[in-house]
Amino acid sequence: MATGHVQPQETWSPIFGRLTFDWIPYHEPILIGTFLGVGLAGLIVLALMTRFRLWLPLWRDWVISVDHKKIGIMYMVLGFIMMVRGFADALMMRLQQALAAGGAEGYLPPHHYDQVFTAHGVIMIFFVAMPFVTGIMNYVMPTQIGARDVAFPFLNNFSFWMTVAGALLVNISLFIGEFARVGWLAFPPLSGASYSTGPGMDYYLWALQIAGVGTTLSGINLIATILKMRAPGMKMMMMPIFTWNTLITNVLIVAAFPVLTATLALLTLDRYLDFRFFTNDFGGNAMMYINLIWIWGHPEVYILIIPIFGVFSEIVATFSRKPLFGYATMVWATACIMVLSFVVWLHHFFTMGSGANVNTFFGITTMIIAVPTGVKIFNWLFTMYRGRVRMELPMYWTIGFLVTFTIGGMTGVLLAVPPVDFQLHNTLFLVAHFHNVIIGGVVFGVYAAVTFWWPKAFGFKLDDRWGKRAFWGWFVGFYLAFMPLYALGLMGVTRRMNSYADMGWQPYFLVAALGAVVILFGILSTFMCFYVSIRDRKRLACGGDPWDARTLEWANQSPPQKYNFPQDIVVTGRDMFWKMKEEGFKWSTDYQPIHMPKDTATGVLISAFALAFGFAMVWYIWWLAILSFVAMLAIGIAHTFNYNRDYYIQPDEIAATEAKGASA
Amino acid sequence: MSAADAHHAHHQSPTNIGFWIYLMSDCIIFGALFATYAVLGGGFAGGPGPKDLFEPGFIAVETALLLFSSVTFGLAMLSAEKQKLDATTAWLVVTGLLGAGFIGMELYEFAHLIHIGAGPDRSAFLSAFFALVGTHGLHVTGGLIWLVTLIAQLRLHGLNGPNMRRLGTLSMFWHFLDLIWIGVFSFVYLVRLI
Repeated sequence: MATGHVQPQETWSPIFGRLTFDWIPYHEPILIGTFLGVGLAGLIVLALMTRFRLWLPLWRDWVISVDHKKIGIMYMVLGFIMMVRGFADALMMRLQQALAAGGAEGYLPPHHYDQVFTAHGVIMIFFVAMPFVTGIMNYVMPTQIGARDVAFPFLNNFSFWMTVAGALLVNISLFIGEFARVGWLAFPPLSGASYSTGPGMDYYLWALQIAGVGTTLSGINLIATILKMRAPGMKMMMMPIFTWNTLITNVLIVAAFPVLTATLALLTLDRYLDFRFFTNDFGGNAMMYINLIWIWGHPEVYILIIPIFGVFSEIVATFSRKPLFGYATMVWATACIMVLSFVVWLHHFFTMGSGANVNTFFGITTMIIAVPTGVKIFNWLFTMYRGRVRMELPMYWTIGFLVTFTIGGMTGVLLAVPPVDFQLHNTLFLVAHFHNVIIGGVVFGVYAAVTFWWPKAFGFKLDDRWGKRAFWGWFVGFYLAFMPLYALGLMGVTRRMNSYADMGWQPYFLVAALGAVVILFGILSTFMCFYVSIRDRKRLACGGDPWDARTLEWANQSPPQKYNFPQDIVVTGRDMFWKMKEEGFKWSTDYQPIHMPKDTATGVLISAFALAFGFAMVWYIWWLAILSFVAMLAIGIAHTFNYNRDYYIQPDEIAATEAKGASA
Repeated sequence: MSAADAHHAHHQSPTNIGFWIYLMSDCIIFGALFATYAVLGGGFAGGPGPKDLFEPGFIAVETALLLFSSVTFGLAMLSAEKQKLDATTAWLVVTGLLGAGFIGMELYEFAHLIHIGAGPDRSAFLSAFFALVGTHGLHVTGGLIWLVTLIAQLRLHGLNGPNMRRLGTLSMFWHFLDLIWIGVFSFVYLVRLI
């Protein structure tokens, strides 16, 4: 294994920019193996799709669809695919650290290892967790408020494909060039032009910038949807709690993501045009970047967890057959978290040395966040208390979450104490803490949501046996993989180490590696669960309301028709569907024409050129950058000349669709 | 009853609120850039400072162009409300010319600064200055492209429902940029010259 890595020569040609054959990593066996595997799998998929003539349906029914339900499902598919990639990185790191003890080098040279941990963090946050929560919000929220689609259906499609373009750019870096070697938040001056030469850091910047456009627009879209598209009669305090959490999450997105956009743009200017924001000389200030990025970064963790809190609220109420305990306190607790999440960012770098007073302020605000979070935990417990709790799959994930997330929350409060943080800063204790809340919170919550809403989306439940195996794999695997890291962190082991001298640490790393393998079992069980469930869909078929649920998304058929509801629903209270069931609600057969948005290929086309633009900027291929930018602009402008964007579904068609759905 | 009206029997158009939320997100981008300027504005690195570089008279003219373009956009909106297509177009053209004048002056200022060795690579102060003022300029340029597009669409389809909505959102955008410029003018130029 090569230990010294030689960066290819910096050259530039007008046609290919700085891209040369030396940048194709054909000398790295791991990457060649991956490339062959991905290429082969890709070819098989392409062949099968051609064989079964699926190209046109894929394009027509999915790619250009503006249906929020299909876009939601596509976000989930993106999340699962990228989770495989991000988890492969995790396995590689665990294996490396299990091997590289006592001066051993392991199998990953530093140059490669540093890319792996950077890619792992970037992918898991931006291209796994974000697509997952966005997908769930996209699928569920409009149907919970009795709407037919989001406020801006085209924008929704565009946002999704911009996220895909960002994800693709990260994956391209695997086979053409390299990825950043700077950690997931890319602190300067390490990420600046002087210390990060080559295209890796530029892949990072353009991938996040392109995906960030999608995220911000999606945030705007979902807020406008909740404010303007609710069913008649649904007052704010009648909204399902998941919709409330969606609203608050998207307010956070719209308030925080622009800061990320600006910060990354400043770093891009530093790297491309010799600006001096974060350089060591010419008056620059690297700590400025670290403040800015965490002003986005802390709200970001709440952007991931707040929708998940909403998921658990719906699940706990449904499976306890009780209204949620403390609806109003839940709303206010979430609103408090929304505000507080913007005044804690400095706890990520108490060691900056801003003085005892500043650190104390941020330590206290951080601890205060535990209060509304605790309110939520107790609300869920009190909802279950004396409820008729049914232990279905979503409840497994919920109970697993309650236990695991509480532990993670407590270690977070420990880290909020500045003197403790000085000991634990950048150690594996921190790594264990945020995996504790992100796996125990976000991942468990996404699984809970998938198992809960899958029957709605596809008309059949998930297989119980493989579903439970997936749960136990993740649950046990998590504790095995991360409890040792808490211990190592307390021993002072710093994060991101390629190798270490102390043989005494190795047993802990071995247990952690074992835990990762158990999680692998959980992930494989997940895909097995999907496979078995799709195969046995006749056996698992269910009606519109398989869980005896409480909110409007269960009032229609499973899967819902593209117009969601055959008639408008007039809302008169919370848990509206429960109320409708008590009152013996039936859809009438008196249908009115339904106004629907038309599908459009504009979103995917602009995103394709955004991908080309990003690639061109990474490699300094200026002609392609100019061309693709002009193309994006031209397609966008051409789209505004189309005034014919909607159509009506006529009553006889609705009647036919509804009758077919009922008999199927 | 047109298709658009029927759709909004239950719901008002979400376009205005959506665009407002977009403007707020944009406002936060500017917020980050203002904060950067506030922190790095003193990082001259031995290079020129505001008093060496900024010409009050030049900036006053530049500002006047942009502020007047907001007034003319308001006049265009008043004409549009009265369904006077030609008057609306005329005021929009005037607005566009004023905006283009503003951009022209800004480009001249940037070129001049770079020419005398006070480009963004000279110091953190100049980096922050170019980023903030340049981002505003890019927005105005985007607004100009939008303006030209919308004039073409007005000539094609007249002052119908969708076009009135587009005119309304562009108007919000234009006034928003004016507001940001007042911040830039006071905070970047005026305060630093006193």
